[in-house]
Amino acid sequence: MMIYAVISLAVLGAVFGIILGVAEKKFAVEVDPRVEAITEVLPGANCGGCGFPGCNGYAEAIVAGTAPIDICAPGKEEVRQKIAAIMGVDAGDTKQRKVVQLFCNGGKDRAALNYVYEGLQDCHVAATMFKGPKTCSFGCIGFGSCVQTCPFNAIEMGPDQLPVIDYDLCTGCGACVNNCPQHVLKLVEATKLVHVRCSNKEKGKTAKEACTVACIKCKICEKNCPEKAISVVADANGSIAVIDYEKCTNCGICVAKCPTKVIEKILPLNATCAQNKDITMGQNPTGCQQCGLCH
Amino acid sequence: MREMILIIISAVLINNIVLSQFLGVCPFLGVSKKLSSAIGMGAAVIFVLTLSSLITWVVQIFVLDKLGIGYLQTIAFILVIAALVQFVEMVMKKNTPDLYKALGVYLPLITTNCAVLGVAIINIQKSYTFMQTLANSIGNGIGFTLALIIFAGIRERLEEADVPMSLNGLPIALITAALMSISFLGFTGLL
Repeated sequence: MMIYAVISLAVLGAVFGIILGVAEKKFAVEVDPRVEAITEVLPGANCGGCGFPGCNGYAEAIVAGTAPIDICAPGKEEVRQKIAAIMGVDAGDTKQRKVVQLFCNGGKDRAALNYVYEGLQDCHVAATMFKGPKTCSFGCIGFGSCVQTCPFNAIEMGPDQLPVIDYDLCTGCGACVNNCPQHVLKLVEATKLVHVRCSNKEKGKTAKEACTVACIKCKICEKNCPEKAISVVADANGSIAVIDYEKCTNCGICVAKCPTKVIEKILPLNATCAQNKDITMGQNPTGCQQCGLCH
Repeated sequence: MREMILIIISAVLINNIVLSQFLGVCPFLGVSKKLSSAIGMGAAVIFVLTLSSLITWVVQIFVLDKLGIGYLQTIAFILVIAALVQFVEMVMKKNTPDLYKALGVYLPLITTNCAVLGVAIINIQKSYTFMQTLANSIGNGIGFTLALIIFAGIRERLEEADVPMSLNGLPIALITAALMSISFLGFTGLL
């Protein structure tokens, strides 16, 4: 009797073992080795800036042919070249590097307050109450939701309670841009140095009352720009000076002419900078643009 | 046909595998935090439970009973279920990758689900025929899914509820499960 038990179980086990072994071979799923290779090359931050679910999702999309190879912002030029090599395609022209810019300069003591906010220190929560405690309903709320969002720790809050972006670490993935409830963060090419640091579209007087560094729509910049790159653009919410970065040459005339000093030239922190040779380390609080022109 | 429908109704409501027979309580508590994962787990259980019950029935009738070694039932059935889950996983990965992704981690989890083994043994104990085994397995699978989905729905609301601190988390879930079990007792007189 006992021999039956041993034999039958052994046979049963052997049969299942063989079936599983054969199935392993027969139903083996071929994973394209390129997917793994590309995932290896990608930064692995899973920031979602490319629009795919994580780096692995992007790698699968590239191999499937449904995604271009140049949309990984954190990976920059280096990763693009590597992916091109893996996929065996031409890498094409160098894509202009983008970094995030804050379109608001209304920090502590500059922007007037409507009320004292004592709630949760989160921009999204504060934004539900009259667009934050500041009188200006367009500007940065200043609780640092972007700091928490950034997958690369490139943003921290400055002394004036505005985010300060480290352009060495910023990869231009756009995670903070999508998360900002006020939409005051935008991606701009790193070689562009002149920015209108205000988002207030209200009339000049109202804007000036809300913040000492507000755009008052005087159009002086528009009149003085030799390239016709800056103009006061009106839309449904009002109007504000907007720079056409395609045309802007970083000449800085508008910076000098702006009566409220809204337009700023944010200079690289490099001592041997081609843009402005007399700049010294630490002179500019907003930091180097990594424009690459100094190299 | 009438008999098969009766078996299914009995398995789903009256002798519900989780709430009346207390089998498969581990995944019942473990995978019921979110409704979406509860549905995934339920689908995987219906599938594996039906397949494994049929195969274990064949093994019991044509191997164990013929050789007179019925006492090896438990170990032989575990062997069958474990091998089957592995096999199904491989086939699904190859042929229906979408379903494989949808079931995800729940498929291998079922290997250790005592509801599967329980139903396989109950089928033999009640000396069901092949078709009756099929009906009972499907019914029990549906019963498990039903209990899991109801429980997940309640637990999703419990997250929001103001539960006393000492009962928060698993204790209140166990109390809820017990109340659900009592309410399923009401189906006893159905047939």
